[in-house]
Amino acid sequence: GEKMWTNPLALFRRKERESEDTVRTVVSNLLYEHLKKKEQPNRQYKGNAVKTTKYTPWSFLIVNLWEQFHRVANIYFLGIVILNFIPVMNAFHPGVAIIPLCVILALTAIKDAWEDIRRFQTDRKLNNLPCLIYSRKTKSFEEKHWKDLHVGDFVKVLSNEVIPADILLLHTSDPNGVCHIETANLDGETNLKQRKVVPGFFNPVRNMAVHRHIFVCEKPNSDLNHFKGYIEKDDQNKTGFGVESLLLRGSTARNTDESAGIVVYAGHETKSMLNNSGPRYKRSKLERMMNSDVILCVLLLFGLCLVGAIGHSIWLETFQSIPQYFIPDNNGQYTSSILAGFYMFFTMIILLQVLIPISLYVSIELVKMGQVFFITQDIDLYDEKQDTRIQCRSFNITEDLGQIQYVFSDKTGTLTENKMVFRRCSVRGTEFSHAENGQECVCIHQTERCSVISSSVRRCAMPSAHSLPCRWLTDIWTRRGALNRDVAPDQKLQQVLRGASLAEDESGYYLDFFLALAICNTVVVSKAPAHRRKVSVLAVLVQHHRGRVRDTGNGRKLRSLKKYVGEDMTNICTDQGVVTPNPGQTQKTQLGCLVHYESQSPDEAALVHAAKAYGFTLAERTPDQVAVRLPSGQMLSFQVLDILAFDAKRKRMSVLVRHPHSREIVMYTKGADSAIMDLLEQPLLEKQVKCNTQQQLDQYARDGLRTLCFAKRVFTYAGEYEDWSKKRQEAISAIDQREQLLMDTTVFLETKFTLLGATGIEDRLQENVPETIQALREAGIQVWVLTGDKPETAVNIAYSCKLLDHRDLLFTLNAHNKAMCNSTLNNHLEEVKRYGPPERSEEIGLVIDGRTLGLVMDEDLRSKFVELCKHCRSVLCCRVTPLQKSEVVKLVRDKLGVMTLSIGDGANDVNMIRAADVGVGISGQEGMQAVMASDFAISRFKHLSKLLLVHGHWCYNRLSNMIVYFFYKNLAYVNLLFCYQFFCGFSGTAMIDHWIMIFFNLFFTSAPPIMFGIMDKTLSAETLLCMPVLYKSGQHSEGYKRRTFWIAMLDAFYQSLVCFFIPYWTYQGSDIDIFTFGTPINTASFFTITLHLAIEIQSWTVVHWVIMLGSVLVYFIMTLVFSALCVSCNPPANPYWIMQQQMNDPVFYLVCILTVAVALLPRYIVHALRGTNAESLHLWARKVDRLAPPERQQWIREWKSLWHPSVSGQTGRPTPPLSSDPISLEPDSPFSDRRL
Amino acid sequence: MAASCWPASGFYREKKRNCSARTAIFDGGMMKNKEGEVANRPDNTAFTQQRLPAWQPMLSAGIVIPGFLVIGLVFIGIGVALFLGSQSIQVLESDYTGLNSNTPCYECSDASKKNCTCSIEFTLTKQFDGPVFLYYGLSNFFQNHRKYGVSRDYYQLSGDTAYFKNPSDSCSPYIYDSGVPIVPCGAAANSMFNDSFRLYQLVGGTKKPVPLDGKGISWWTDYNIVFRNPPLVNGSLAAAFNGTAKPVNWAKPAYELDTSDPSNNGFMNEDFLVWMRRAALPDFRKLYRRITQGDYAAGLPVGNYSLEISYNYPVIGFGGRKKIVLSNVSWMGGKNMFLGVAYLVIGSLCIVMSLVMLIVYAKYKFPEGDS
Repeated sequence: GEKMWTNPLALFRRKERESEDTVRTVVSNLLYEHLKKKEQPNRQYKGNAVKTTKYTPWSFLIVNLWEQFHRVANIYFLGIVILNFIPVMNAFHPGVAIIPLCVILALTAIKDAWEDIRRFQTDRKLNNLPCLIYSRKTKSFEEKHWKDLHVGDFVKVLSNEVIPADILLLHTSDPNGVCHIETANLDGETNLKQRKVVPGFFNPVRNMAVHRHIFVCEKPNSDLNHFKGYIEKDDQNKTGFGVESLLLRGSTARNTDESAGIVVYAGHETKSMLNNSGPRYKRSKLERMMNSDVILCVLLLFGLCLVGAIGHSIWLETFQSIPQYFIPDNNGQYTSSILAGFYMFFTMIILLQVLIPISLYVSIELVKMGQVFFITQDIDLYDEKQDTRIQCRSFNITEDLGQIQYVFSDKTGTLTENKMVFRRCSVRGTEFSHAENGQECVCIHQTERCSVISSSVRRCAMPSAHSLPCRWLTDIWTRRGALNRDVAPDQKLQQVLRGASLAEDESGYYLDFFLALAICNTVVVSKAPAHRRKVSVLAVLVQHHRGRVRDTGNGRKLRSLKKYVGEDMTNICTDQGVVTPNPGQTQKTQLGCLVHYESQSPDEAALVHAAKAYGFTLAERTPDQVAVRLPSGQMLSFQVLDILAFDAKRKRMSVLVRHPHSREIVMYTKGADSAIMDLLEQPLLEKQVKCNTQQQLDQYARDGLRTLCFAKRVFTYAGEYEDWSKKRQEAISAIDQREQLLMDTTVFLETKFTLLGATGIEDRLQENVPETIQALREAGIQVWVLTGDKPETAVNIAYSCKLLDHRDLLFTLNAHNKAMCNSTLNNHLEEVKRYGPPERSEEIGLVIDGRTLGLVMDEDLRSKFVELCKHCRSVLCCRVTPLQKSEVVKLVRDKLGVMTLSIGDGANDVNMIRAADVGVGISGQEGMQAVMASDFAISRFKHLSKLLLVHGHWCYNRLSNMIVYFFYKNLAYVNLLFCYQFFCGFSGTAMIDHWIMIFFNLFFTSAPPIMFGIMDKTLSAETLLCMPVLYKSGQHSEGYKRRTFWIAMLDAFYQSLVCFFIPYWTYQGSDIDIFTFGTPINTASFFTITLHLAIEIQSWTVVHWVIMLGSVLVYFIMTLVFSALCVSCNPPANPYWIMQQQMNDPVFYLVCILTVAVALLPRYIVHALRGTNAESLHLWARKVDRLAPPERQQWIREWKSLWHPSVSGQTGRPTPPLSSDPISLEPDSPFSDRRL
Repeated sequence: MAASCWPASGFYREKKRNCSARTAIFDGGMMKNKEGEVANRPDNTAFTQQRLPAWQPMLSAGIVIPGFLVIGLVFIGIGVALFLGSQSIQVLESDYTGLNSNTPCYECSDASKKNCTCSIEFTLTKQFDGPVFLYYGLSNFFQNHRKYGVSRDYYQLSGDTAYFKNPSDSCSPYIYDSGVPIVPCGAAANSMFNDSFRLYQLVGGTKKPVPLDGKGISWWTDYNIVFRNPPLVNGSLAAAFNGTAKPVNWAKPAYELDTSDPSNNGFMNEDFLVWMRRAALPDFRKLYRRITQGDYAAGLPVGNYSLEISYNYPVIGFGGRKKIVLSNVSWMGGKNMFLGVAYLVIGSLCIVMSLVMLIVYAKYKFPEGDS
């Protein structure tokens, strides 16, 4: 840095380099086609071939090993192997010590290789996709592969093709120079986006072949929504371009027959590839706890080794003269006892290495794979409509699902369907209730629940569709969920419309209202898309994007895409069959079949369809023009002057059009009531209208509808618009403060409105949402809703989904400044505290809006807010931004130290999903972005209850039990070896053959705990769902606590003492040899460890039996075979024929039986005693679980009526005496109650 | 109220099936599409849905009472049998280290004395039932020391002459004796026990030798499979050992271990085999001879006996003890009271536990019998 200041030349050079670094210059390759590869001007840029594989066949071994040795566990192993090669320290034959390391390395390498091969296959598929590249030689576009594409190539993309690289758009077949792309693969947004040709290129192919244009743009970056650059033509003119001219790799071209452009970024430098981050690695809470216990094990190991080292030194000191069994070194010298003790420390580490449960990590991975398999296999988590299963995108946090304490949910699309249905409207203060719509809703609900529907009920859904073909169409159609197209027109409104004319009287407002519905939006009208090539290309692409996320469902995805395409088709064709109110209008029907609306927000689509139902069909939209077919069949074509797009600040959007008849300039605006009501032109004259409308809007909000206001403004003076237009142009071309100027001009225009009316759009609750929330709540999970919607709507939805109860005390936090916020918080806190400690206050809700939330997030108010939230059963955060959502999640997670889960479906939930311990995405209307960010992706909110209450509970219990068991198992075995050190002068001798020791961990005792971790089932799914309270055990980490760990360790210690000392006392003073002595110890220990697991296994299926008996068989067969084959294969040890010898000796069996019995007796007795009085709810449930289903139901009902009277439907406000200790929830089981 | 509870998953599934059956009827031509649509549906099998029929044992007092009772009774039975079996075994032990001046071998305990013999006299007042086994015992001798155990060459001991010239490094430092390879090498062989015993019955002032049988005292596998002598050279074992040195501590080379029986020499010497099998614990005994022949096949009759010991093996230096043991065996091996007593104790404990469980059961009874 210093040099730079002293040498101006260096500064200059640096600057030059910087400018070189920040931009990329591209020239067309057409001019240089004849040149060799090395001389190509764009040669330094990466090609379009992608390679996501980590290894090549020849580098695999080295690279993989290098990677594997970055793990602590493997380094530990390696260290031990190295120690073992040092002669003074070795405990085993050096070769033997390598085996565990080799096994683990090999297993991991196989897994890695398999994953890499899959990545390679998807890469290859992608690289070989066809694309059209212009060749100057043949003067035409030639079909080549994606991998042949280079920066600077001129490429043509046909409709519905996937774009192969980031292409600067220079030409389209569209006369307006636009092209549409769908970016669902990149950001999940299914709506079409418009891209414009860079101005000034009329015949780019010829142009390019002759002139040398330089394209200057940014260096590759991952920002999908930002791109800028300019073209330097050979006449020195510069033309700027932005992201609106960039076609992104991975998106799909739509509605444009062909578009062409020059490649600016290729392959790994494209925005989509730069966005493609690898798989997420999360560490679960259980694993974090476990790791601290692994450290305890390390300390324990050091302790044991220290005892061994000191013991050895002391033992050496006890001899006055040197006995014959001391071995001098090669020079005949004896090492001093201190040094010998030092060496012994390391020998002991080698001998007792198993204490560090390295195999546990491998086993946990296997177990989690099994758990994920079973979760994805669950048919209850399968959604038939979308044909999707649950996706587990993170493999390593399944057990976190069993420990969730807080759930943060998005509202729209998560609790609700996000299928907007036009429900009611009000025009100039007159309400049209659309009663028919409501009727139909009931019916569709029934269809969805798959109950048997009689045809008469069905008819009510479709008053006009009586014929059979219509009926099956309806059937498919309702199941597909294309409900937003279905509006049954209100009779009264239709009558009013019939009488209306275009004249400027009161009834004219009705026409204006519907015109506003039809044109005041950004809905794109598209023709029926052709589906050529879309399926395969898309599928491969999706596969590719997933390949790195270790998704197993590639094949599935492909099928679902096919399905998706097929659905599109049917939707278009069912459109007319259903929506057209009058079946006689064949002309229209045919046209309808061709029209397809694509919109950015489902609300807009619902409004357009509503307008269509009343005959105002949006027929065409181009940048300059929008055409609407009126009920009379007349086509009305408006010239679009400007569109003032929606933004969160204004909360409204406007369309400026020139009326075709009156030539007046009209602005139609729609937006939130707060954004329009205050800007009305004649507040006094319109007072009544405004007042009525406001009332109706409030009513809509109370009913849980999403409200929108419609207004218009007519520019009467001719110059008014022109003046504004000039200002607008200035603002657009401004360099400084462009955004601010644009906003000013927009706000300037949007005043003096005439209120047209308001609409209420329903976003229906998903099925079983209230039940799910009820269940989660019973499970002790706090549910928060974070939504961008307004408080009224949110509160209503909260009531309807049972998040709030009408008896609940509802607090509202709504403050304008910090002081006010502080005092409100204090008040609420005081009031809340009167209701008792946080555990008791079951019926308090809190509503807070985004602005107040911003205040509350301040450092000094945070803790108060969190304190208040602890008292609240549910919290609603309204009007929050995506960033705030994640802040709230982080606040709760960090301040309260709880396990959090976020669930959402849209791009706005991505932050929140990432912030939580467990992120759940809902795959549905809003594309893939939430799913991509999530750990688990489900298709319906209701699946959450089974995912958490059943799978979470199972996974947590299984894994925690398995981990505890592993710690136990390792200590129990290692302690045997340690005990023996007291009888061999702490010399590091093992009385068990080394191979048998390795087999013990590798074959004899590995499969049962893994099976246990995957398949054991404490309680049935039905019981867990019916008694959500059982979930609380996981929340309190009952399965794996420090106490559990120590109990397991103590038990292991006791058992190993028994396993050592019973054989010891039996064979004491006899002529037994070392391995003959070790065999009964090993066998007894094997049975103790295996039967210990058998006591812990709660349900024995065939698999359990096979694996348990299998390991016993394997133990005997392998030991017998090994002792029969190995005459002197393992020089220090000599296991030959020992097992056979022992198995001929009755004492062997007597010793083993006694040892196993004594070792397991305490655990057995404790289990029996615990099982007898069944004081914990969990054991009680287990007892109930074993009964026949009807009886079980009865017990559970009885239990519920005792402790949760509110659940069983009683009124009143009983507070069950829930104590803080979840185990003793039931002071007495209802069984004993019944007895009394 | 059933509605308060979620429908069981089975119930759900049934409904779904109904539904798809219905749509199939309506679909007609769209059947094919439908099939593709449910392609992602997971298999509805008991295994994948985790509904495999399972036995769910639940330990409780009621169930374990009979178990404890049965185990208790069986254990007591085994315990009694073991106890009686062990009671019937006769053992005669005598320490002959010679630490105290009043013990017979006191003089021999001086390490500087060579070829020292001493004798222990004892009287049997009761018939010692045969077959009688004669053991020697060592204490504080750590044959299970790790380095001591490693210090041998298995290939050499299996008769591989290649290892006669270059014994394995594991024998270090007992590999070469002034440049000549030691066979058998290593500390284990070098430290071989070399006291020998002769037993006489004193009948009317004369010593009547009791024949000691040294055949079959080692493991069958050691004798027949693991250990092998090198192939004889010109019919001579000594020639086969040509060019090797005897272990430093040995008085005689390996091929002269038993002068009375030429087949009991080299690595096939049974005393050598017994020694090479490492004892598990520092206080151990090893079989020396069996008394199976002649007048004593049925055991040692009542009378006076004299045991003549040629005392060679030094143990006092490291605080060791030597003893001689006469014992007969039963089906359960040598005398060991522990196992029998342990079975009796645990058996009684189980009976006590079953009583405790009975009390517990009476207190918290789960009405399973009712259902």
